[in-house]
Amino acid sequence: MIFSFDTFKPSTFVDAFRFIGDNPGLMWQKTAEHLQISGEAIGFALLIALPLGVWLGHIHRGSFVAINLSNIGRALPSLAVIAIGLGILGIGTTNVIFALVVLAFPVMLTNAYVAVDGVEPEAIEAARGMGMREHQILFMVELPLALPLIFAGIRTASVFVVATATLGGVVGGGGLGDIIVNQASYFLKGVIAASIAVSVLSFAADFVFWALQRTLTPRGLRKERVAAVTPVPALGQ
Amino acid sequence: MPHGTLLASGPVIPNFGGPPGGKHGCIARNGLFCWDWVTAHWGDILQPHLLQHLKLTAIAVGIGFAIAFAAALVAHRMSWFETPFGAFSAFLYTIPSLALFQLLVPITGLTVLTIEIGLVGYTLLILFRNILEGLRGVPPAVLEAADGMGLTRLQTLIRVELPLALPAITAGIRIAVVTTISLATVAAYITPLGLGAPIFYGLQTSFTTEFVATGALAILLAVCADAVLIIAQRLLTPWARARRLAT
Repeated sequence: MIFSFDTFKPSTFVDAFRFIGDNPGLMWQKTAEHLQISGEAIGFALLIALPLGVWLGHIHRGSFVAINLSNIGRALPSLAVIAIGLGILGIGTTNVIFALVVLAFPVMLTNAYVAVDGVEPEAIEAARGMGMREHQILFMVELPLALPLIFAGIRTASVFVVATATLGGVVGGGGLGDIIVNQASYFLKGVIAASIAVSVLSFAADFVFWALQRTLTPRGLRKERVAAVTPVPALGQ
Repeated sequence: MPHGTLLASGPVIPNFGGPPGGKHGCIARNGLFCWDWVTAHWGDILQPHLLQHLKLTAIAVGIGFAIAFAAALVAHRMSWFETPFGAFSAFLYTIPSLALFQLLVPITGLTVLTIEIGLVGYTLLILFRNILEGLRGVPPAVLEAADGMGLTRLQTLIRVELPLALPAITAGIRIAVVTTISLATVAAYITPLGLGAPIFYGLQTSFTTEFVATGALAILLAVCADAVLIIAQRLLTPWARARRLAT
């Protein structure tokens, strides 16, 4: 690859913050692009994964696929997925978004499935005994109870998407990755500045969905936070 | 370095009277995926980089495990140690990989060392957390029984705690391996090692098959590694599965 072999001093970190101050236009533009790419990818993945995962969990079917999909999803090397997306869709933002959807989809689906599938049968029976209909059970019992775990999956996936969108720079996908892969133009201080922006965006994405989760959770159900099924995974489970 | 020779020889295919498949074949048309290219370059591009990739991953997970294991043992005995090491490894984990490798270059150069430091750094969080959770998950009653049987601390660790923590530890290793396989492709941005190298090279030359086929191989490697580790996990800890099925 092409490098400008910038020297690295502790002061480079100070320069990185100066870089942000000196180039507000560039930083804003790249951050906005980054947000747009990540946002579209998260949105598409949500649109496909949530209904499917919730529905499969509701009818308690397809556990093998729903659970193993996240194993495969976690194993997929991001750069390889982006490379294949580039081959199919050509250069540009579309293939990066496609790759990010592929990478985010399994985590969301598995968590949504496990969340709804794991709702206590007693609660559902009670709801049925109260005369609730199938869709009422889904929307008034299962979904509220499943919310923390569903959101744990969304939060994990969105942090992952924001971080991985950086790789889009390699294929000219835009976003903060453009700065990170162009050390020749922006020097190490620019690379560090863009990395800081990516980290801040990751935390921001996590926070936004945390806040949304709090708003959506009925007051009686607000408990401690739940870890996602997938990334703090397994522990022998 | 096999790739260097290809780079020096110019265009995509060493040309002995036209690419395989002829003037209008897949390679000449720059098709999405040309099997001819894969068979022609299995020996000089795909296989060597696949082996390099495995080696990079094995070294990174090996060293990462040694560090994380030692740190987890310390944190298990002295719980104050968990916070600083956990925070340190979590911090490393949040740095975008493309940037971390570049930051290390001025210090350690365009070397394997740079790649390995980065890859080891990314394994620490996963391994440390899983090993520590595994050790902490041992039921207190079991520890009391070990104590009552007169086992020393070291004996308790080796004969009781570690075997019981094994499912969590192997699960951690599995995640660390697939994560490292993924990150090692990005590491080729620094040195042309591993499966990332043909991907980056292919992206520059716009010869589609090279990066699509190598990408597919990387995905295949990751999925296979995951499957092999799942089987190994089950063979190593049959009781964990039995217990899971029982409950």
